[in-house]
Amino acid sequence: MDAFLAEYTPIVVFMLLAIGLGLILLLAAAVLAVRNPDPEKVSAYESGFNAFDDARMKFNVRFYLVSILFIIFDLEVAFLFPWAVAFGEISMAAFWSMMVFLGVLTVGFAYEWKKGALDWE
Amino acid sequence: MTIADIAFFAFAFTVVAAALFVVVSRNPVHSVLWLILAFLSSASMFVLLGAEFVAMLLVIVYVGAVAVLFLFVVMMLDVDFAALSAEMAKYVPLAALIGVILLMQLALVFGAWATADGVAVLDSPQATPEGTHNTAALGMVLYDQYFLLFQLAGLILLVAMIGAIVLTLRHREGIKRQDVLAQMYRDPAKSMELKDVKPGQGL
Repeated sequence: MDAFLAEYTPIVVFMLLAIGLGLILLLAAAVLAVRNPDPEKVSAYESGFNAFDDARMKFNVRFYLVSILFIIFDLEVAFLFPWAVAFGEISMAAFWSMMVFLGVLTVGFAYEWKKGALDWE
Repeated sequence: MTIADIAFFAFAFTVVAAALFVVVSRNPVHSVLWLILAFLSSASMFVLLGAEFVAMLLVIVYVGAVAVLFLFVVMMLDVDFAALSAEMAKYVPLAALIGVILLMQLALVFGAWATADGVAVLDSPQATPEGTHNTAALGMVLYDQYFLLFQLAGLILLVAMIGAIVLTLRHREGIKRQDVLAQMYRDPAKSMELKDVKPGQGL
């Protein structure tokens, strides 16, 4: 168990370095930087104009459709990982099980292609 | 106290603190960033348990896809969060009731958890059998031993896909779309016509 966790030492080192560097930069900015704000300096800057509008706005629901389709295929690929890693040792049943799984999702893929969910109008 | 114990307490503290800040942050964008920190810390705790595959999946799916989606939604959606939180104050009693119920359920699970005889595995769960990797061990059982659950997962994904399309896909009328095949099969003989116009006469 400890040998297994020892493999993660480099990641821990990176994590500590990242946290340390982030803290150093934040503290350096707080300690060293000259701060002399006035209303014009701290106002929102948008190509020299005052901001026209709020950044929040209604956007097309198709963005949601694209992202939800992305998450679904993301999960499909997640199921492929253990199958691929154990590919040499798995049974025939496991192989065809995955083929059926991929077939079901290919039906969905054909459906969304046919419905035009992948075209941007 | 080993290093693994120290790491566990550090990550556990981070999860709880980040989850608290998700709830109390005034800016919803900050809430999502705290949520990402909570996901990452729980992934680290899965690594400490030896469940590497679940940990990496948490990073890919939750941090990579779900949290970024949340971030886009709260950054772009046309919702006045100040008015929303004023509205929220009305529902505090209901929220508190649900919270208490969840807490009681957790206490019930913690107090009344019992395992049947012969399932010693549940008392000391081990993510990875000896001599193999976590992901390979999952691959050995997931596809044939848990065939039904695996196929049901596929069907749920299919239903989600079809549901998302049915709910959100609207073809707007009167929009000129590009039809690549029609463009490629277009040929000059059919789309162009030469007419011999005599001088002084119209067409």
